[in-house]
Amino acid sequence: MTTGDTTWGVKATPHARTPARTPRWRSRPAWLFMAPSLAILGVFVLWPIVRSFWYSLHTWTVGATDQPFIGFDNYVQLTRDPQFWGALLHTVEITAVSVLLLLVIGFFLALALASENLVTRIIRSAFFFPYVVSLTAAGLVWRFLLDPNIGLVDGLSKALGWGAPAWLASTTLALPTIIFVSIWKNVGFVMIILVAGLKGVPEDQYEAARLDGASRGQLVRFVTLPALRPTILFVSVILTIQSLQLFDLVYVMTGGGPLFTTDTLVTLLFRDGFVNFQTGYASAISWVLFLLIVIVSALQLKFFRYNDVD
Amino acid sequence: MSTETLTPAPAPPRTAPDQRRQPIRGRGNGLDIVKWVAVAAGVIVAVVPFIWMIGTSFRSEADLFAHPASLLPTQWTLHGYKGVWDQLPFLRLLLNTVVFAGVTTILTLLFDSMCAYALARLDFRGKTIAFWLVLVTLMVPFQVTLIPVFIELFHLGWLNTYHGLIIPRATSAFGIFLFRQFFISIPRELDEAARLDGASHFKIYRSIILPLSKPAIATVALLNFTALWNDLLWPLVVTSSPDLQTLPAGLALFGGQHVTDHAVLLAGAVISLIPIAIAFFLAQRFFVAGISNTGLK
Repeated sequence: MTTGDTTWGVKATPHARTPARTPRWRSRPAWLFMAPSLAILGVFVLWPIVRSFWYSLHTWTVGATDQPFIGFDNYVQLTRDPQFWGALLHTVEITAVSVLLLLVIGFFLALALASENLVTRIIRSAFFFPYVVSLTAAGLVWRFLLDPNIGLVDGLSKALGWGAPAWLASTTLALPTIIFVSIWKNVGFVMIILVAGLKGVPEDQYEAARLDGASRGQLVRFVTLPALRPTILFVSVILTIQSLQLFDLVYVMTGGGPLFTTDTLVTLLFRDGFVNFQTGYASAISWVLFLLIVIVSALQLKFFRYNDVD
Repeated sequence: MSTETLTPAPAPPRTAPDQRRQPIRGRGNGLDIVKWVAVAAGVIVAVVPFIWMIGTSFRSEADLFAHPASLLPTQWTLHGYKGVWDQLPFLRLLLNTVVFAGVTTILTLLFDSMCAYALARLDFRGKTIAFWLVLVTLMVPFQVTLIPVFIELFHLGWLNTYHGLIIPRATSAFGIFLFRQFFISIPRELDEAARLDGASHFKIYRSIILPLSKPAIATVALLNFTALWNDLLWPLVVTSSPDLQTLPAGLALFGGQHVTDHAVLLAGAVISLIPIAIAFFLAQRFFVAGISNTGLK
């Protein structure tokens, strides 16, 4: 950091010798301090990134002696694979619908619960708690809750005479159900971040708008939303990245079924990579996922006019 | 996410509660009633699954099939909590999860804060490169590296071992980042003074920087521990033997196709939630501060 260096230098300039000694004193143990982290990141993240791309150019199979190089054939193969297109479509559907609804519901909750008192704090905790529990436990509970025989949801539905849909065994209902549970899980996270964002909106902006006779709706539209734009951008990027990588919930609730209708890119990757051991092919899927994340994040930055933010 | 978006508040929990005010004050009207009814409905949807989960872990299968519309057991029984120990290798799963999440978190705190100390408070050649390498690992999704890491571990003979489970996860780019941002905000005069007194870098790191960084340590510890405790994909890939499996992997696999007793699985899930619930209620402010202050300005 040059800034830190100069502040030190400034204090020491009267005796011209000291600044020259500073950098050496600062540099010696640096690599020692970083060694454990950099070693782990190097061996278990950076090098594997390179390997992953290398695998994706091969018909790589674990344990085989011959791993033929095939160029971009795995990627070409993907474009002809209906399971891949299905997984891609479901991933995008889950992401688009859940992120949009999460932002809307989370924003509404944040507005309703932004004030600081015991009641709002308790309610906020209630909404936030599902976010900290494991997707495995949450998925398990929801799978049982939605069970046509023993679940509370269908139990109540039957008691009211509405029948008992098999939510997770239905090819049409399973995906919307996964989306619902994903919203249930994450809405508190959106709310908490937007509440923190709301506290940063200057009170005088509201005052000025009120003096101009703005209604509550107009305050939200012309003061709150513009002021929250960076926060909303941050939340939507995080949510999107999380959602594009969705695995646990699907794995526990449907395993990608019925008839692959809830398969996501990561459940497909898991199946191809760790059940079928098609390493090269699964690696290609992971790079498509990476590309998708980069593209969607870039689009979001553009959509929210990130560069305009101060 | 660019570097600029990740700036910490030096002491997140202390700054937040001061500003107690409503951004938008509204007069009571019909809209307010709709609003609070909607919030109440939301709270019910958020909370009922947990109540039902705890209730059902105390129910018999017969009761469950006979009264599916009932939120709580008509008859309470402990057989789910007994079954957890007989029907699952539960003690083993629990122990593995404690070791995995606990040891990994401790190592992560140590390695991340050391790395961040160098990045935040030392000047050396190659610092920008080192920092960019950390950034890259933050941006590439975990799934890209999962397969090559699995193959590495296979060749090292580290699959189905504790070190295979722990070491690759013993540092996190996110933690390095958070610590770095925090350390930068600590005045440099402090270590200059210590240096003049003859303190080594390790001494400055241990006796000056770390004691001043308790909020950052608490945040990284909490977020890391929760993430590891809850993680499914990584333990699922690295371990196949029940001797090494963690709770989420165990519950997912045993809950997979052959559910024999719902109460047993739900009892397991309830127990797996207890540490997270305790951490949540004791240290909610760190969760909130960690989540809302790391990404925001």
